[in-house]
Amino acid sequence: MNLLLLSWKNLRYKPLTLLLNLVLLALGSGLIVLLLLIDHQLQQKFEKNLAGIDLIIGAKGSPLQLILSSMYHVDAPTGNISIAEAKAFLNPKHPYIQTAIPLSLGDSYRGYRIVGTTPQFIELYKATLQQGRSWEKPFEVVAGAIVAQKLGLKVDDTFQSSHGFVMDDNLVHEDAQAFRVVGILQPTGTVIDQLLVTPTESIWAIHDSHADHDADHDADHDADHDADHDADHDAEHDHAHHDHEAEKQGTVPMSALPLHEQTDKAITSILILFKGRNAQTLNMQRSINENTNMQAATPAIEITRLQSLMGLGADALRILALVIIAVSGLSIFISLFNSLDERRYELALMRVMGASRLRLVALILLEGLMLALAGLTLGLILGHLGMEWLAVAMQDTYRYTFTGLTFLPQEWSLIAAVLAIGTIAALIPAIRAGMTDISRTLAEG
Amino acid sequence: MVRTQDLTYSYDARHILQFPDMHCAAGEHWLLLGQSGSGKTTLLHLLGGLLSPHGGFVEVASTRLNNLSASELDHFRGQHIGIIFQQPHFVQSLTVEENLLLAHQLAGFRPERRRAHELLAHLHIGHKSNVRPNRLSQGEQQRLAIARAIINRPKLVLADEPTSALDDHNCEEVLALLEREAGQVGATLLIVTHDGRLKDRFHHRIFLQSTQA
Repeated sequence: MNLLLLSWKNLRYKPLTLLLNLVLLALGSGLIVLLLLIDHQLQQKFEKNLAGIDLIIGAKGSPLQLILSSMYHVDAPTGNISIAEAKAFLNPKHPYIQTAIPLSLGDSYRGYRIVGTTPQFIELYKATLQQGRSWEKPFEVVAGAIVAQKLGLKVDDTFQSSHGFVMDDNLVHEDAQAFRVVGILQPTGTVIDQLLVTPTESIWAIHDSHADHDADHDADHDADHDADHDADHDAEHDHAHHDHEAEKQGTVPMSALPLHEQTDKAITSILILFKGRNAQTLNMQRSINENTNMQAATPAIEITRLQSLMGLGADALRILALVIIAVSGLSIFISLFNSLDERRYELALMRVMGASRLRLVALILLEGLMLALAGLTLGLILGHLGMEWLAVAMQDTYRYTFTGLTFLPQEWSLIAAVLAIGTIAALIPAIRAGMTDISRTLAEG
Repeated sequence: MVRTQDLTYSYDARHILQFPDMHCAAGEHWLLLGQSGSGKTTLLHLLGGLLSPHGGFVEVASTRLNNLSASELDHFRGQHIGIIFQQPHFVQSLTVEENLLLAHQLAGFRPERRRAHELLAHLHIGHKSNVRPNRLSQGEQQRLAIARAIINRPKLVLADEPTSALDDHNCEEVLALLEREAGQVGATLLIVTHDGRLKDRFHHRIFLQSTQA
């Protein structure tokens, strides 16, 4: 019968009090663990998805919306920008821009977004193929690891995309050519895992054909269309007609023109990586915002803003968790203190049987410490399991994969803090137990 | 074995208790008789090292309790003195057997399961070794208290009104047990009581007067 066992038996002797203390502690520390895990993983994903993107150019609107839609693929896009206007930024010879990646958004397949872009997009997230190959022509798709897994997509599978981001049979592009999966990416831990990536031309083809199939398409527009091509490039003088024919037969060619030359087309946004940040790049952002119909947003700034907004909620939860932990400390204190009254006589008896004052102090301290440890253990399990459970729900909402099965260094601080609270809560009762006047207690019977 | 000299104790300045000098040899059984308020319990606590005298000294097994530090005194008491109280109390979260083993362990001995079992069987509560003490009858509780007092084979067994709450039958049984068990471990037995039923059983008797100076 050592002290540890005796402490435990004393705790177990009052099962309801034990339960209350454990529940409070587990709740408090579990909530903190959950918040730590969410915070850490969000931060990590935010940074990973940032992928060094310095600037995003898109249609005017909320900069945060632009970032969310073009970088995190969670919100609706702000609208389209014409390549004519964005031409300079797409030009590979731009003096300050190292990489400019065009994005065409707006379509999806069974809730997973389709991104029309260039192969640079895949390089940006350092994604590599686990199966198949990269695309060679429009309507070929490379699927992110999670999309492929969730939808059971394999190489050579085909599907019809639908307009918008919700699954709705009425919005399926039924008349458009089907997409064909040609490659599947390795998991990267970034947003690309959740995307279907295809050349920009696929999106153009679908939406151009839309326009053509609309009953009263604009004749002027078509004329302009042809005229542009004829004037600029004799070699492809019947490009538009060709498109039309080819579409129906399912063989749209990749455009031979560099993207920034196709000034009649539109895209949703451009991800920009600078060669280096300097005064010119800062000016560039301001100048886009002031002098064009487009806007330029800095992801790092917008994300910091978003985090400070979300931080309010997280702070409230954190305070709540701290209050619960404080209350559980108080509860440990009260239950130990009250138990002393009932156990006065047996504590005195333990002295009679040879236990020193220090031993009684240690006994009560151990009870507090054990409570804290047990509650903490439950809390850690609860927090991690809760995170794992939330991960499933959050994956679909935020396009992120979370896990509850990691251990953060901050958890050590939590462990230390909770154990300290348990000890401090037990300190006064422990000292009181040590001070028991054995003669008087025993004489009172 | 037990010796006191000029022993005094006071709870307040005007109320000083004086105790007669005692000398009890090893293995002797003594009865300390006195009316309520005569300081019986105080004397027992002084002898057991639960209180420190204000004057004089207590010697148990040639050790002056006055000279021991607080923790030395706790240790000495655990090893050499067994005390039985009027109201038996136990650690409620532990079973009968665990309470006995706790006495072993707190005194600094290695718990001897076998001795605990033998002792319980001997006191006819062997079948209750795994229940909690509050499930025992009053007589059984008093027997367990005796078992706890003698499990460490003490040199001195002190009993404070061990029979006052018991009927004649149980009183007789508990006394017989006390004498037998104390005899078996060779302990000096000192019973403090105002219970007249005990008077004729003991040759060695000390009468406490309410002496106040």
